[in-house]
Amino acid sequence: MSEQTLKRVDLIFGEYSNEKYKILADTMKRSNEDILKDLLDSGLRGRGGAGFPTAMKWKFTADTISDEKFVICNADEGEPGTFKDREILLRVPRKVFSGMAICGKVIGASKGYMYLRGEYRFMLPELMKELDIYHEHAKNLGLNFPIEIRLGSGAYICGEESALFESMEGGRGEPRNKPPYPTTSGFMKKPTVINNVETFVNVLMIMRLGPNQYKKLGTTDSRGSKVFSVSGDTPIPGIYELELGMPLDRFVDEFGDGDTKAVQVGGASGFCVPRKKFKDTVIGFEGVPTGGSMMIFNSSRSMYNVLHNYLKFFEEESCGQCTPCRVGCQQLRKGIVAVKKGEKKAVYLDQLMKLSESMKITAKCGLGQSVANSFSSIVNNFKEEMIY
Amino acid sequence: MAKKINLTIDGINVTVDEGKTILEAARDLNIHIPTLCYHEDLCVAGNCRVCVVEQEKVKSLPAACAMPVSEGMVIHTNSMKVRMARKHIVELLLSEHNADCTKCYKNGNCELQGLASQMLTGDHLFLDLVPDKQYTIDMFNSAIIKDDSRCIRCQRCVRTCEELQSVSALGVAYKGDKMKISTFFENSMLEVVCTNCGQCVNRCPTGALIERNYIDQVWDAIYDPTKHVVVQTAPAVRIALGEALGMAPGNIVTGRMVAALKRLGFDSVLDTDFTADLTIIEEGHELLTRLKKALVDKDPNVALPMATSCSPGWIKFIEHTFPELLPNLSTCKSPQQMFGALVKTYFAQKRKIDPKNIVSVSIMPCTAKKFEANRPEMRSSGYKDVDFVLTTRELGIMIKQAGLEFEALPEEKFDSIMGSSTGAAVIFGSTGGVMEAALRTAYEIVTGREVPFDGLNITPVRGTEGEVREAAIKIEKVKPEWSFLEGVELKCVVANGLAHAKTVMQNVRDGKANYHFIEIMACPGGCLGGGGQPIPTNKDIRSKRKMAIYEEDMGMPIRKSHENPEVVAIYKDFLEKPLGHKSHELLHTQYTPRKRY
Repeated sequence: MSEQTLKRVDLIFGEYSNEKYKILADTMKRSNEDILKDLLDSGLRGRGGAGFPTAMKWKFTADTISDEKFVICNADEGEPGTFKDREILLRVPRKVFSGMAICGKVIGASKGYMYLRGEYRFMLPELMKELDIYHEHAKNLGLNFPIEIRLGSGAYICGEESALFESMEGGRGEPRNKPPYPTTSGFMKKPTVINNVETFVNVLMIMRLGPNQYKKLGTTDSRGSKVFSVSGDTPIPGIYELELGMPLDRFVDEFGDGDTKAVQVGGASGFCVPRKKFKDTVIGFEGVPTGGSMMIFNSSRSMYNVLHNYLKFFEEESCGQCTPCRVGCQQLRKGIVAVKKGEKKAVYLDQLMKLSESMKITAKCGLGQSVANSFSSIVNNFKEEMIY
Repeated sequence: MAKKINLTIDGINVTVDEGKTILEAARDLNIHIPTLCYHEDLCVAGNCRVCVVEQEKVKSLPAACAMPVSEGMVIHTNSMKVRMARKHIVELLLSEHNADCTKCYKNGNCELQGLASQMLTGDHLFLDLVPDKQYTIDMFNSAIIKDDSRCIRCQRCVRTCEELQSVSALGVAYKGDKMKISTFFENSMLEVVCTNCGQCVNRCPTGALIERNYIDQVWDAIYDPTKHVVVQTAPAVRIALGEALGMAPGNIVTGRMVAALKRLGFDSVLDTDFTADLTIIEEGHELLTRLKKALVDKDPNVALPMATSCSPGWIKFIEHTFPELLPNLSTCKSPQQMFGALVKTYFAQKRKIDPKNIVSVSIMPCTAKKFEANRPEMRSSGYKDVDFVLTTRELGIMIKQAGLEFEALPEEKFDSIMGSSTGAAVIFGSTGGVMEAALRTAYEIVTGREVPFDGLNITPVRGTEGEVREAAIKIEKVKPEWSFLEGVELKCVVANGLAHAKTVMQNVRDGKANYHFIEIMACPGGCLGGGGQPIPTNKDIRSKRKMAIYEEDMGMPIRKSHENPEVVAIYKDFLEKPLGHKSHELLHTQYTPRKRY
C-alpha cells in the first residue's frame, strides 16, 4: 500500500459561513454575466455523471426567451452504489437551495423544484424546515424564487431528466425525444435548468472561492472535487470527497482490501475497470467519469453474478418504451445465462456484444445507451468468468 | 414563410422547411425509411427505433421520425451501421412477439411481418422470449380482442385513444420487461371506458388489437338451408370496401358489393340506407317536437340541444363521460338497429318468413356496432335484432375466401323491400351527413320548400376532420302550423372524433353553447374513417373516401329522405306516422349511465 493518501477535500460538506445564506446574499448583488463568467472559468461540469458544462446549460436557458422558466434539482439519486446526494441533503441542504436560487436569478426562473427520490422521504421534514428558513431569507433578500419539493415514486428512469419532467407533470416516467432539450423545453415545456444536487453545491462554492481558487482542485478536464460513494469490498465504505482526476490505482491502494479484482466506476450504468487497467485509468471526464459510485470487488466475487445483477436491474428499470432498451436488456441477461448454462455457445457472447453496441447507439435515452458500458467492460475483461 | 434548411440525405442535397423531420425530408426525396410506431394521425413517439439513420459526426443514430432537420446535416439511411441496428431492432421485436403468423388474423396485413420479410430476418439472431412471457388475450369483449402476445408496444393505440378520442381506455402499465399496454386496473376492455370505436384497431401495426370476427358464424348461417339470411350494408362500406380488395381509395363499389353479397349466398341483400332515411324522418320530427315543447309549451324539462344517436362509439362515450346529458340524446336507434328491429317484424310479415328463421347480418364500417348489436336494449323485435355484425374488413375477407374476382363483378341492385336509398342516406357515412340529411327534410317539413342551398348541398354543415363545425340556418316563411319557428336561427354543430365531441359536450354542460342540434360521430371524418374500415388509414385516404361519398350522393336520383318510396310505404303500411306507437316500440330506445371507473 502506498504511503501517500489521496488528498481529502472539504468543499461540499465544510462549514462556510456562520451567517445563514450569506453567499447567496452576496451573490445576489452580482450581475448575471459576472456569475456566468465565474462559472465558465471554473470549468464546472455536471455532477450527475454526464458532465455537461454547467455554465453552458445555464447560459442556453438564460438566452431562451420565455414567460416562465424553472430550476430543478435532480435529487432522484438512483444509480446503484450512489448515496452521496443523500449525505449532501442531510448535511448541507442550505448549500443546495442557495445554488438553486443563484441559478434562478441567472436564468430568470420563477420557481425551483427539488425532485426527491421516493426512498428519501424520511428526510422530508428536515428539508422542509430548511426550506422555511430559505424562504424567510429569500423574502428578506427580495428574492422571489420559491422552491418546492416533489417526491419520486421509486423508478430509476425518473432520474433521466425528461422522464423526471414527465413524472413531475403527472405523466408516466418515460423519457422524451431530444431535441428539444430542457434548455428550451423542459418542465411544463418551459426552459428549464436541471442539475444534480452536488452541482448546485459546487456552484455555491465557486461563488465563495472564486474560479481561480476552485480550479486549483482537479485537472484541466475535470475541475474541482467530487463526492464519492465507496462501497463493496472495502474496509472503509462511505462518503469521501476527493479531487477529480485521481488515478484509479491510488484509489484502490487506499480503499481496497488488498485483493481488489475490479472497480465498477459510475454504478450499473458505468464501466468496470479490471486490475490490469487500474494504473492507466483516471477518474474524471478525461478518463472514466462517475456520478460518484465506486464499487470495489475482490477476487471472491463472480463477475458473472455482478453483471447478471446489473442486467436484472436494467431489465426491470427500463421504462419499457423503446425497443433496444426494453428487449435488449432481456436478451443480454438471458443471453449470458444461456452461455453460462451451455445452452448457447461462447461465440454467442460476440452476438450480444454487437447487440449492446446497437443499444448504445439506438436507445432513446441514456439508460438504454449506457447498458453497454457495464456489459462490454465486464464481458471483455472477464470473458472466462462468463463462460465457465 | 418557414426558414429553409439545407441537408444531405444519401448524397442528395435537399432543402426543406425548418421543423420538418428527417423522415419527412427523406419522403420528399422518395427515400423510404421503415417505421412502426410512427403514424401520421398521431404525435411522434420515437419509441420503436426502427427508423434510425446515421448522422455524420454524431455517435448515436437518431430516430428519423423524431429528429428535426438542421443546417448542414449529413444523413445516411442505409449505411452498414444503420442496417445492423435496424436488423437488431426488428429481431428484438420479433423475439418478444408471438410470430405464429399463419394463425394470426392480420396475416398478410401486418407491418411487422412486412418489415421482417423486407429484411429477410430468417435466422433468429436472439433467444425466443415468448415462452417466458405470461401474455394474456382479452376475449371478453364482443367488439375488440386484445392479444398481448402480438403487441410490439409501439403505443399507437395508446396515442389514438388519448389524442384522437380523449378516452384513454388504453394506457401503458408496468415498466421494463413487464411493460405492457393495459387498461384501468387491467380490467377487460369490456369493463372499462372503451367505446369500442376501433380506432386503435385501425392503427395497430400487428394483430394485437383486432375486431372480434364473426365470419364463420355468418358462413354457417348462409349454409343453413332453414335460415333466411338478410344482410344490410352501411353507407360508408360501399366507398371503402374496394380498398380491402386491392383497389385504390375513393372507388364507389356499391353495385359490385351487392353482386358479391348475392354470390356469397345471402338470401336478401338490403340497405342500411333505408333505415338511415327512416332515422331522418323520426329524428327530424323528434327535433321539431322538442323545439315546439321548448318554444311553445315552455316545457322546462325538454332537453335541448338534441344530439344524434347513430354512432354507437359516441353512445358509449356519453354514457361514461356525460351521463347527465343522456336526455339530450335523440331516442332514435341507429340505422343498423332500426333495420334489425324491422327485419324481424315488418320484413318478416311482408315476405311471410318466420322471424325465428331470419338471421340478420350487417356490414358496418364500425367495431362499436358489434357491441351495439349485443346491447340488451336491442331486442325489440322479440329476437336479437341484429345477429352478427361484420366490418368492411371482414366482408373483404369473405369475398376473398369465396374466390370472387371483385373488380370483375357486374353492378347489381339491392333487393326490395328495405333496399332503397337516397343521397341523404348515403352521406350518413361522412361527418356532417346526418345533419345535412336532417336539414334537407326538416326544412321542407317546416317551410314546404327545399333548403335554400345550391343543389341541396348544405356545405356549411359538412364537417371537416379535426375541427368542430358550427352553422346557423335561418328558418323563414314557415307553414302556418310551424309559425313558432318563423325567423328562428337553427344553430347546429358537427363534431367528429371523440376528442372534439368532448369539447362540444363540455360547452353544452357548462352552458357555454346554445345549440339546437348536435351531430356527433365517434370516428375521425365520421363513419368513412370508422374502426371497421380497411387498414391502413390516414388523412389522404379518408379525404378520398369523403369525396366518393358526396359523389355518390350527387349521383342519386332521390336525395331527400322523405322522398324515399319505401320510407313512404312503410309509414303507410306499418308504422302509421313518425314518432307513432310502432316507432316507439321498434325504432326508439333509452340509454343508461355508466361509470368512468
